[in-house]
Amino acid sequence: MIATHTAPLTFSTIEKDAGLKKALGMKRSDLIAEITASQLKGRGGAGFPTGVKWNLAAAAQAEQKFVVCNADEGEPGTFKDRVILTDHADLVFEGMTIGGYAIGATEGIVYLRAEYTYLRPHLEAVLAARRTKGLLGANVAGKAGFTFDIRIQMGAGAYVCGEETALIESLEGHRGEPRNRPPFPVDTGFLDRPTIVNNVETFAWVASILFKGAEWFKAVGTQRSTGFKLFSVSGDCTKPGVYEFPMGITVARLLEAVGGEGAKAVQIGGASGHCIPATEFGRTIAFEDVSTGGSIIVFGPDRDMLEVAHNFLEFFAEESCGQCTPCRDGNPKLLECVEMLDNGVCSAQYLQDICGLGETMQVASKCGLGQSSPNAFLSIVKHFKGELMGRG
Amino acid sequence: MLVTERERLKDDIATWTGTLGKDRTALIPILQEVQRKHGHISDFAMQVVADQLDIHPVEVFSVVSFYSFLNFEPLGRYVIRLCQTISCDMAGKDRVATQLENDLGIEFGETTPDGKFTLQWASCLGMCDQGPALLVNDRVYTKVTPDMVHEILEACRKTFGVYALANKGEGH
Ligand SMILES: Cc1cc2nc3c(=O)[nH]c(=O)nc-3n(C[C@H](O)[C@H](O)[C@H](O)COP(=O)(O)O)c2cc1C
Ligand code: SF4
Repeated sequence: MIATHTAPLTFSTIEKDAGLKKALGMKRSDLIAEITASQLKGRGGAGFPTGVKWNLAAAAQAEQKFVVCNADEGEPGTFKDRVILTDHADLVFEGMTIGGYAIGATEGIVYLRAEYTYLRPHLEAVLAARRTKGLLGANVAGKAGFTFDIRIQMGAGAYVCGEETALIESLEGHRGEPRNRPPFPVDTGFLDRPTIVNNVETFAWVASILFKGAEWFKAVGTQRSTGFKLFSVSGDCTKPGVYEFPMGITVARLLEAVGGEGAKAVQIGGASGHCIPATEFGRTIAFEDVSTGGSIIVFGPDRDMLEVAHNFLEFFAEESCGQCTPCRDGNPKLLECVEMLDNGVCSAQYLQDICGLGETMQVASKCGLGQSSPNAFLSIVKHFKGELMGRG
Repeated sequence: MLVTERERLKDDIATWTGTLGKDRTALIPILQEVQRKHGHISDFAMQVVADQLDIHPVEVFSVVSFYSFLNFEPLGRYVIRLCQTISCDMAGKDRVATQLENDLGIEFGETTPDGKFTLQWASCLGMCDQGPALLVNDRVYTKVTPDMVHEILEACRKTFGVYALANKGEGH
């Protein structure tokens, strides 16, 4: 079921639970300082520094705190979390336990998307084995006074629930409608308690960093984007699958590795990311250039970019939570414009107006979904206009 | 709904609130149990859940209406969800869709008259490197081709009706 085309992931070289044991021997502040020093940034897409997030949650005063693992993985073209959960679940749970110790939480929750229900028995078995080994429960790994356990809660089919505040709403038994931020989950999270929400991959890197050290991680990647990153590669290439590369790899290098040479464009960051034309394949994949949660979709020379835009906008029109107007009404408008282009009845002026609407959505939408949903459309219009106009 | 069926639903919900609790945080897990065992979440089920959790039934309704894996209407015993997102689209999901419609005699969004199969579209299933992908209930199928559709449906059909009886008879 799993196709991986790189050599074994770094995760398979990490000694199990060595990082956790090391962490439990450290002072909480030193532990967080180690993560901060690695300059690890969130692997779920937004790229917020993990050490900073944990520090805020650790500093918050509350009788109860929570660690949440975001396993909602709904971004089109992303599947690396599925592979990590299948092959390296222990490392993810280890990272969550380290998070619990760092911020002073007793409960961890994995929010697993409904589409991955088939992974649940495996994950429950790994959790049960960890309890038997004393790595979860009271006095974790022999650390007196540190109690921590992890449960799994299933999503119910909603892409927007990957957004951290919508995820929390869903955990609380509500519709998955994003909240206004601030307040941020680090002080007002699950049940209004301080909560860290991190991506599956982020937790696995935390455990790895504790084992190997911040310096090891920092030695890889670029100055502003340290470490390795997992990529989910699909589309028009000969070797789709999960790849691990240092941050800062160029698009061209990546395409070479996956058998996607000759592509005319690459979508980086999923439906909410950007469409990069061949002329820009020299750009790097890093937070300071083209940023991504890991989704790479390759478009071959014969792909109709209008169909691509159409597919993405259908996705957003379907997945918008409907809470705010720019996103709820904007996405169907963009979709309608794509259909007009397809029917050859869209004037240049109207297209320009709709691009203006897209820019408004980027600034006026309440959450990341609406703010990023016009990205692909706008970049396709920008780079492939000749291909879109004058159809009939 | 038959009285006995209502009683069974009530008993089930009481069991689930027993194990999952009666806090608001238990709402979605309870609804997922109702969906799994009873195939949908009826008005009656929403009322019972609301009473148990001491919230207004409209609250329950608004949650059920939000999530695509929670349904008001009865679904088939097998729910087939075909991924319609970009990578599966590029890998040829349209022809798989046509074949599913042909073999089942229904369109997307519909359930077969015998209540066995429901056909739905799904957003990205996270199988983008192995598309087209579809789910049959919780089970995932990848690299599906139009000619595989028949086999997939037969595998489901073997679990009920005369096929199931015939299979039991095998070897005896
Ligand atoms: C619409 C939307 C969907 C998202 N989906 C996911 C997701 O599936 N997985 C994920 O880790 N982060 C997702 N995020 C980002 C989260 O809000 C959050 O930034 C992330 O979980 C933080 O973890 P990290 O810092 O470890 O990346 C999504 C954001 C938005 C706006
Ligand atoms: S931007 Fe879209 S998904 Fe986000 S809150 Fe507004 S309507 Fe909901």
